[in-house]
Parts: sequence; structure tokens; C-alpha cells
Amino acid sequence: MPTIDLAHTSLRELNATLHRLKFDSNETHWRVLNPRGQHAVAVGIDAPILVEIEGHVGYYCAGMNQCATVVVHGNAGPGVAENMMSGQVHVKGDVSQAAGATGRGGLLVVDGNAAARCGISMKGIDIIVKGSVGHLSAFMAQAGCLVVLGDAGEALGDSIYEARLYVGGTVKSLGADCVHKPLQDHHRAELARLLEAGGVKGEVDINRFRRYGSARRLYHFHIDNVGSY
Amino acid sequence: MCGIVGLFLKDPHLEPELGMLVAGMLGTLCDRGPDSAGFAVYGRETPGAIKLTLRAPLGHDFDCLTEQLETTAGASLPRVVRDTHMVVTVPLAREAAIRATLVEVAPEVSVVGAGRRMEIFKEVGRPDLVASRFGLPDMTGTHAIGHTRMATESAVTTDGAHPFTTGPDQCLVHNGSLSNHNAVRRELARHGLAFQTENDSEVAAGYLTLKMREGLSLDRALQASLATLDGFYTFVVGTESGFGVLRDPIACKPAVMAETEKWVAFGTEYRALVDLPGIDAARVWEPEPATVYFRERQ
Repeated sequence: MPTIDLAHTSLRELNATLHRLKFDSNETHWRVLNPRGQHAVAVGIDAPILVEIEGHVGYYCAGMNQCATVVVHGNAGPGVAENMMSGQVHVKGDVSQAAGATGRGGLLVVDGNAAARCGISMKGIDIIVKGSVGHLSAFMAQAGCLVVLGDAGEALGDSIYEARLYVGGTVKSLGADCVHKPLQDHHRAELARLLEAGGVKGEVDINRFRRYGSARRLYHFHIDNVGSY
Repeated sequence: MCGIVGLFLKDPHLEPELGMLVAGMLGTLCDRGPDSAGFAVYGRETPGAIKLTLRAPLGHDFDCLTEQLETTAGASLPRVVRDTHMVVTVPLAREAAIRATLVEVAPEVSVVGAGRRMEIFKEVGRPDLVASRFGLPDMTGTHAIGHTRMATESAVTTDGAHPFTTGPDQCLVHNGSLSNHNAVRRELARHGLAFQTENDSEVAAGYLTLKMREGLSLDRALQASLATLDGFYTFVVGTESGFGVLRDPIACKPAVMAETEKWVAFGTEYRALVDLPGIDAARVWEPEPATVYFRERQ
């Protein structure tokens, strides 16, 4: 297993090494040591490899990820897995704000809590947070699912488009045009699939989740809503 | 951008290393604030005395100034000169007279901070160079806060560098930008506060000073600032016994805290904390928005 120690190797060299990998490379399991909060660790990977990062990372870890599985054995700073296209990013600790921002695909799993703006402008990514999320999560979320096993902060789903939000705990408040919606069987099936992908199948009761989504009164502008602006 | 660091030592054995640890933290955040830097260090107190940190233009004759102050004090005054700053320890009973002498004989010298334990140093320049000019790595104490500045709201000057004092043994550093600082400054001026700069952070410090003058505790003054100060901010305030943290309700600016049995630390980014002893086993978390945190010695 190739191991890259960021105490001795530059971040640029790490990322360039990962970018050089062919899609069918035999080097499929990488370890990164001593990230020490550096930014942009393991960004822009485009190969089906596993990268395990031993420690806390800074901003934008695993951004733009495609096909790879990136595991962070620690916390991640702002913008983890931002603009992910596919693959999986798994953070074993907490994440800072804007986790999974603008993500177009793939799965982000956070074992701890996520701070503000989790899933902001998500465009197809699925995000599972086993703890709680901060304020303005799923702001302007367009597509994909945000699953929160714990609580959500203020203004959840503000100005949401068509993303689906599932929250197991309490919601401090809903943002503009975000409403509670009934949990139907196909939502339960979706939730079961996501919880399994997040490794918590059978650990939580699906029926305790509440679903939130767009009331569709805001983004299809309607003159009756002029007071909302 | 800007960067903030704070370190509060629970283990007295680490006190000789305070300056070295904080210098390392500040140096890491050079890239968040290369314009200027400053820090407040809380060291030993002298019973019955107060420390005044004076800042003078480069090349100022501190020996001559000290003689004049000693004449007013009627006693010799312990002092330490560090580059453009001098910390002079004066008897509490003579503080007012000495401040009056300062204004009279050396109007170009400003008092950047005063307190039983607090010393404040700040200058324009790269934070790591500023720290070594003042000899930060050799300083000792129980806790310290520091700031690296990337100016957005006002000019890069020493007066515009942080920390800003808010009262005896108190100071403030700020990461962010306040959008209503001109209006608040005018209001504070009506209450008699004077400002040295066009800086938004100085207004925040002035606001806290006024609220505490009106009788609020620092904790309550910070709470009150949530309703008055508009903009993006993470504030860290130093007090005689510790430090406090407040993020704006939107939490635009990053902030990380960490704690072990031996210390509690604040950093704008986790990177600033990675060389602290025992960091790998530390509890690391992000402070909640609109919540005042205090970590103080009992």
C-alpha cells in the first residue's frame, strides 16, 4: 500500500501523484499521514481508489472527487467534498461549514456533526450526517438527499429546490419555502438505502425521520410571494 | 481574512513556553494576515502596581522618557523595552499622574494597553517577523491572544493592528468586517469615546468599553454586541484570567477550539494548533455561532 507522509512530501506532490493514476491502476489503496490541517488534501481524484487520511484536514478536502473513496480519520475543515461528482467521502469526526457544497453526485458520510451550511447548493450528492447539522443547511439545495440523524439548526432548506431532506431529530426552524412533507413508502425505501450506504442500517428507526422539501412557491416566482423578497 | 490565535494554559509547567507556543501559532497564520500582527500576553503581576505598555515611533529615546516618568512617580520604575514598545510598571497610586506626564512630555507615545498582568505589542509587518522583533518566543505567562491582519476596512498602520484594548487587562482581536461601524462610531463618540483610526475593530472594542463602563460584565457586553454590531466577526477577548470567544450569528468566519488537560486553544484554522503539545489527543470542536465562550482561571 503506497503511503505518503505529508511531513516529508509536499501537498502538491501528493495531489499530482493521485492525479497521475490511470483509471485501472493497481495502486488502489493509499494512506496519507500527517495532514496537520492542510487545505485541499486529496482533491480532484479521478480514479476508483481508496485514500485513507490519518488526521485532521483543513479546507476543501476531497473536493471535486470522482470515483474515489476518501476516508478522513479525523475532522475536516470548511468545504469538505465540495463539488463531488461521484465516489464517497467518509469523515470519521466532525466537519466544518459548507460540507458537500454544490456536490453533483456521490456520497458524503459524516460520523460526527456538521457545522453551518451543510449541503449548500447541493446538486445531486447524497449526504448522511450521523450527528447534527448547523444553520442554513441545504440552502438553495437543488437535488440529492440530506439525511441527518440528529438535529438541524435554524433555517433548514432555505430557498430549497428539489433536494430531499430527512431529519431524525428536531429542526430549530425551516427556511423560506421549506416545508414538512409526509414520509411515503418510496421515501422509506430511499432512506433505508441511504442508511445502509452510510453503515447505519438497522441502528435507527426509519419512522422517526421527518421529510422536508420545497413548497415550490418561491423558485417558480409567483406574484403572491413578492413580500418574501 | 485575518487570523486569530489564543492559548490558555491549565498546566503551570507550560508557562515558560507560552511565548514560544503562541509565536508558532501566529507564524502559521501569516498567510491569513501578512500585513501586521499583534498579541497580548498575560504574565506576572506586581502587587500594588499596574503595567503600562507604551508604543513610540521607531528610535524613540525611552531612557529619557523613563527619567521623566520616574520624576513624576518619585521612584524608579521597572521597565522592559521591546523594539518600539516599552512596558513600564508603575505604582497604582501614581498611574493618573504618570499618564498626565506622558501626554505632556511625549504626545507621540501612546498607551496601547494597561493592566496588572497584560502586555500588548503590535506592529506592521509579517507576523513571524513582528513576533521575533518583540521577542515573543521568550515571553512567559498564563495565557495570550494574537492576531494576524489582512486589512480590508482601513489602512495598514500600527494603530490599525490588533489587539485593541477595552479596559484594564482587557483587549479584543477581530476577524471579519463590520458593516455598520461608521454609524456605531458616531454613536460612541457622542458618549465621549475617542478613536485613533477608521478601523471597524476599534469600534467593536469601543462598544465593549462603553457597555462595561455602563455596568455590564464583559460576558453581557459581548451578548449585547450581537444586537448592535452588524457584519461578519469572530471576536476573541483577553481578560486578566482567561479569554472569551464570540462568533456572529451567521458564523461566516472560521473558528476552531481544542482542549487537553494542559491547555485550551483557539485558532482561526486547525493548522495553527498542530504544534501544541498533545494535540493528537486533544478534543477539537467548532464554537457555535452567537454563543459566548469563556475560559478563565478560577
